[in-house]
Amino acid sequence: MKKKFFADPKKVRGYKEFLYILPLLILVLVFSYYPLYGWVYAFFDYKPPFPLSWDRFVGLKWFRSMFENEVRLKQILTVLRNTFAMSGISLFFSWFPMVFAIFLNEIKCKPFQKIVQTVTTLPNFISWVLVYAIAFCIFNSTGVVNTVGMKLGLFDTPQMFLQSSEHIWFKMWLWLTWKNAGWAAIMYMAAIAGIDSELIEAAKVDGASRMKVIWHITIPSILPTYFVLVMLNLANFLTNGMEQYFVFQNAFNKEAIQVLDLYVYNLAMGSGGYSLSTAISILKSVVSLVLLCATNKFSKLIRGEGFI
Amino acid sequence: MGADFNNDKNPQPETAVKKKVKYKGKKVKYKVSIGDRIISVLTYVIYSLFAFVCAYPFYYIFINTISSNELSQRGKIVFLPQEIHFKNYERVLQIPNIFQALEVSVARTIIGTFLTVAVSAFLGYMFTRETMWHRKLWFRFVCATMYFNAGIIPWYITMKNLGLTNNFWAYILPVIVQPFNIILCKTFVEAVPKELQEAAEIDGAGTLRIFYKIILPVIKPILATVAIFSAVGQWNSFQDTLLLVTDQKYYTLQYLLYNYINQASSLKALVNNTNSGEALAASLAHAATTTSIRMTVTIVVVTPIILVYPFFQRYFTKGIMIGAVKG
Repeated sequence: MKKKFFADPKKVRGYKEFLYILPLLILVLVFSYYPLYGWVYAFFDYKPPFPLSWDRFVGLKWFRSMFENEVRLKQILTVLRNTFAMSGISLFFSWFPMVFAIFLNEIKCKPFQKIVQTVTTLPNFISWVLVYAIAFCIFNSTGVVNTVGMKLGLFDTPQMFLQSSEHIWFKMWLWLTWKNAGWAAIMYMAAIAGIDSELIEAAKVDGASRMKVIWHITIPSILPTYFVLVMLNLANFLTNGMEQYFVFQNAFNKEAIQVLDLYVYNLAMGSGGYSLSTAISILKSVVSLVLLCATNKFSKLIRGEGFI
Repeated sequence: MGADFNNDKNPQPETAVKKKVKYKGKKVKYKVSIGDRIISVLTYVIYSLFAFVCAYPFYYIFINTISSNELSQRGKIVFLPQEIHFKNYERVLQIPNIFQALEVSVARTIIGTFLTVAVSAFLGYMFTRETMWHRKLWFRFVCATMYFNAGIIPWYITMKNLGLTNNFWAYILPVIVQPFNIILCKTFVEAVPKELQEAAEIDGAGTLRIFYKIILPVIKPILATVAIFSAVGQWNSFQDTLLLVTDQKYYTLQYLLYNYINQASSLKALVNNTNSGEALAASLAHAATTTSIRMTVTIVVVTPIILVYPFFQRYFTKGIMIGAVKG
């Protein structure tokens, strides 16, 4: 048996190749799969410095406490409301980058187009911390928005734009758009560039106006791209990421800005609720996975192919 | 990839060719109505506004850092810098830890990027090796990680158990293997003609030799894309410092900036919401004088990105496009 095994050079090579990548696979195992084991913390009463012990096994206590403890339930409902609101707003406006790309593409002056594209893509490459730093510099009480606004008589006293929960969901969407719209538009620009130019020429010959070309040719051709992105958005409905909300949160807007990801972080790092927060993130992961599969199924149903 | 592009060149039916000839030289124009004109003007205005909104904040902060702090404080600097000086930059250099933070940020960017690129290229190549033992299984094993996440606490505890808190390698090790980058590279390697590899194999080249003699030179363009993405990611990364690092020795520039901005905003909010006592007034004065420093730190942190970005824009664009095809 052994002799046969070594006699086949192809097989030996296959094993050798596997050995080459083994260290990297171990890295994946350790950093991506091993943390899943940490889900057991949700079933224990875990207090950080002490190691996990079976005395502290509490079963589903934390999962039940989410629904039985009234204060907790109210908090979670608020967090869910925030999450749904912010994901909902960005889903509702998800057509924006597409329209942005369509009209940008219509611009005849190529240098202008190029400049707009370059400038609007730039914010995508700075971190949320920097976005917040910029927001702070612009919107603080001596910042340009307040000074110019007061000069124009829009308001008499400096406004605390960042330290209030007023319209915070919409403001968060605006920052998100400021950061991402130009970048998201690039994908649509590519899709538009791929449209058969003869189709457009033919429509023009038949006397179609520009709006008609956009409506009957451009939009139908890039709709599949849009569809995929909406599906991805849906799959990530519960996952807004925490960085944006973390940097923008403060004592005044905390109630309205806390999304699920941020809540999980605050719960653990702020008040030491490791087990509860793990329980919540387990539920979140399960729901997200279901969402992902469902949207993928849905996409298969409609387009005949999934996106996973 | 290359094959996709060639599909368009199907031999055209004769009528289509004729039609094309017929219209050649005569550029077909839209019927221009007044409505179209208005829309055209509007698009220029709206895009100019959008570009302004994206670019102006950077410009505003920059001119405020080089203008007289007193004027800047009163909000006088809006379009042009006045009484130019560079004292703010000198003062930024005196911030304790700033050089250390810069060192950490630069080190993680260079080391992290190098390793990510090397690993992405290598795995992207290895996953095309059909001889490998259970190749498909391992590829799925790596790619599956894109679709789940253990959550912040299990991850934190894992990192802690591995001794990766307050450790420079916490910035590097978890992000080396990235499925998305590997898929990008794999797509590129697959486009390399198989004959090239086969010829090398006949000449006796081993798996690794083929990788660095044949594959690496050919897939350089996509490696540039991966490098840029990973460098920007490393430079911008903030969450890992927040979670894993308490020792100032390992603070990054991003984290330092966050601390600076955040202290200031909470202090200001406090001052504005309580009727200020003397201590608060004093702290307000202090906070006010450092606004310029905060702006300057912001500029220092953002500058590398702005400098690098225009040169590498096409690589970014390429990355997202291939990603879209695959994704």
